[in-house]
Amino acid sequence: MTNNFEVIDERYEASHHAFKSYAIGFVLSLLFTIVPYFLVIKRLFGDQSLILAVVFFAVAQFFVQVVFFLHLHKKSRPRWNMIVFIFTILIVAILVVGSLWVMRNLDYNMTKVFDLNTNEGYMLEKK
Amino acid sequence: MKEETLNHNSFRPGRESADGEAKAIFGFWVYIMSDTLLFAAIFATHAVLHNNTFDGPSAKELVNMTFVLTETLVLLASSFAFGIASTYAHHHNKKNIVLVWISVTFLLGAAFIGMEMTEFAKLFQEGNSWQRSGFLSGFFTLIGTHGLHVTAGLIWMVSVFAQVLKYGLTDRTIGRISTLGLFWHFLYIVWIFIFTLVYLMGVI
Repeated sequence: MTNNFEVIDERYEASHHAFKSYAIGFVLSLLFTIVPYFLVIKRLFGDQSLILAVVFFAVAQFFVQVVFFLHLHKKSRPRWNMIVFIFTILIVAILVVGSLWVMRNLDYNMTKVFDLNTNEGYMLEKK
Repeated sequence: MKEETLNHNSFRPGRESADGEAKAIFGFWVYIMSDTLLFAAIFATHAVLHNNTFDGPSAKELVNMTFVLTETLVLLASSFAFGIASTYAHHHNKKNIVLVWISVTFLLGAAFIGMEMTEFAKLFQEGNSWQRSGFLSGFFTLIGTHGLHVTAGLIWMVSVFAQVLKYGLTDRTIGRISTLGLFWHFLYIVWIFIFTLVYLMGVI
């Protein structure tokens, strides 16, 4: 029963697999940090593709960290820590995407009012 | 009433058994998840405000990417160093190696905070404080909150170091190393998104 709450797998942490896992995670994280850095510095793509690329590398590095540093997949069932984790990701997505969505809509609707007063919508993106 | 019932159960985090440790670590995991929500709120604020520069400088004009990359790599190395400390801790009999790796983690973490302080001081002196624009308010709030977490982690690390030094590697101290490890890796994960969303996307 109590093992269901295990976040750290003691036996796994003590094995040489854990050490190897940290090392792999470190190398991959290094790669997923340096590659997007150079993509941006050297401006290898257009702005839109660059944004997609850096977000891709961030998400990839996030999963690398979860698997190789936090070892979230190595835990006992039913994985309470995993359930809490997935729930949190869901709330984070609602919070961030929701905020941006609402503010963008607000921006879109407000801009017209500002335009009538020949005033710039204060949240208009600068081009 | 319900809280009292809970307290009378055998639920005593951090006491006596490895079982209690496992539950304490799970409790801390839930705390980390709630902290994630705090960061999500600040990230959302930054995302909404990042174009509101009020004719002041944008991220593009303020950010020195080489400096930020160095900062990122220092924090990554620190997170990795704690991972090594954690694997040695679970061998139970390598106290000195664990202490060395905790020290390495601490020094790298302190270097990270030092770099962040330098960056903040420079921005502040140039008149680009949090009062300059909506963008800078969001910037300082997000990165400042992360910096405070790292500072708290460093203070905690001193305490864990002292406990391992005094009591050796017992179930209790190993549990504490594991808990701090979760926190430390979590702070690097938050930084991945600061690096990407604030800095990389800021200069695109």
